[in-house]
Amino acid sequence: MSALYIFLSFVMVFLSFSICGMLAMWIDRKLTARLQFRVGPPWYQNFADFIKLIGKETLIPEKANAFMFVASPVLGLIATTIAGTIILFISRTDTGFPADAIIVLYLLAVPSIAIILGGSASGNVLAAVGISREMKLLLGYELPFICALVISAIKSGTTTSLGSIIQFQQQNGMILGSFSGVIGFIIGVLALQGKLGLVPFDLAEAEGEIAGGSLIEYSGILLGLFKLTKAILFIAGPLFLISLYLGGFSLSSITGIISGILKYILILVLFILIRNTNPRLRIDQTLRLFWGWLTLLGFAGILLAIVGW
Amino acid sequence: MNIKIKALKKSLWVYHVSGGSCNNCDIEILDCLTPKFDIERFGMVLVGSPRHADVLLCTGIVNKKCVERVKEVYKQTAKPCVVVAIGSCACSGGMFRDGYQMGGPLDKIIPVDVYIPGCPPKPEAMIAGIVKVLEKLK
Repeated sequence: MSALYIFLSFVMVFLSFSICGMLAMWIDRKLTARLQFRVGPPWYQNFADFIKLIGKETLIPEKANAFMFVASPVLGLIATTIAGTIILFISRTDTGFPADAIIVLYLLAVPSIAIILGGSASGNVLAAVGISREMKLLLGYELPFICALVISAIKSGTTTSLGSIIQFQQQNGMILGSFSGVIGFIIGVLALQGKLGLVPFDLAEAEGEIAGGSLIEYSGILLGLFKLTKAILFIAGPLFLISLYLGGFSLSSITGIISGILKYILILVLFILIRNTNPRLRIDQTLRLFWGWLTLLGFAGILLAIVGW
Repeated sequence: MNIKIKALKKSLWVYHVSGGSCNNCDIEILDCLTPKFDIERFGMVLVGSPRHADVLLCTGIVNKKCVERVKEVYKQTAKPCVVVAIGSCACSGGMFRDGYQMGGPLDKIIPVDVYIPGCPPKPEAMIAGIVKVLEKLK
């Protein structure tokens, strides 16, 4: 595994994930519009938004800490891209390393931390409300998400290497096929919904109440970088879940690629349905859901996995 | 044509400034988002912060308390941005033009690109106004 291979796969993941992520976000917007009996935006909408944001003026507020304000969107973007690279390329059995799933878990938390850092650097009161909510949300969904990882790790013979988890599933069928697998998958989908900031958990960006929340002071290319991070996360997050529960995304054959895309679309449709059938939760309700029911469900799932169900 | 202007035309993000309006124009603005008109098919969305906005929709006479605030919002908006005066009050002052609280009309305070008269203007009229904005962006 040479440095050039890593760099090339990093660039490839960056380009392909941003394009596919923006298309996935378009599917989300279009389906939402169709569910509300509207027509919805055309397919190039998110690309037009991003190009427009590049051309706009970038304002840095007087009170802001300029370095942190500019650095945090870049930090989030790089972390998500590295997470995507590890999931798609480096976790193969020949190049993978032990416990790379845990590193992906850390890297997937960085975009939220970038939003927190950027929001607190902007020196805006409404941004402060937004980041306090984002922080609680982050603390909330991380615990069930770890439970989801632990269930999958126990089921595949106590390993936290993504390559071995995928290999185990290729030999013994998907982990989703067992009781604890179903529980872990449900928890994983809900935690990812929180990570992506989709509707039941979009309280950090609540446009009606706190005017865009932590991103309120961002404009121009910096806002565009946050949108791009979200687009990449839109692919990397579900791909992580596919690796843990649905047998991974194989790039070696045509059938592997097609079944991988079908698995991705399954998770995307689940996201969109949850998003369109639920109102926004308050922060106390969110924490009660994540730390109460979902964590209990996660512990039950871990016990079932240890027993072997 | 410049690709940035082309992208801007396809994705106008709208921020709604109320300068002391009676809420009638504001409700008609929200009508544009309903299934019947659905301006999201042209890429327009309402945003919560002037930093994200490309279009400022201003309603109301802009009373004396609001003058400084409207100026501030215009300064905070990332350029290039377009200012649209919605309703008779924002365009000319309407029936309040001689009132003691009158600080406007809007074009005395910030440069206005398009006027959409009416009390309130219909959503069709607003969409026609936005089409004129698109022609103006070059």
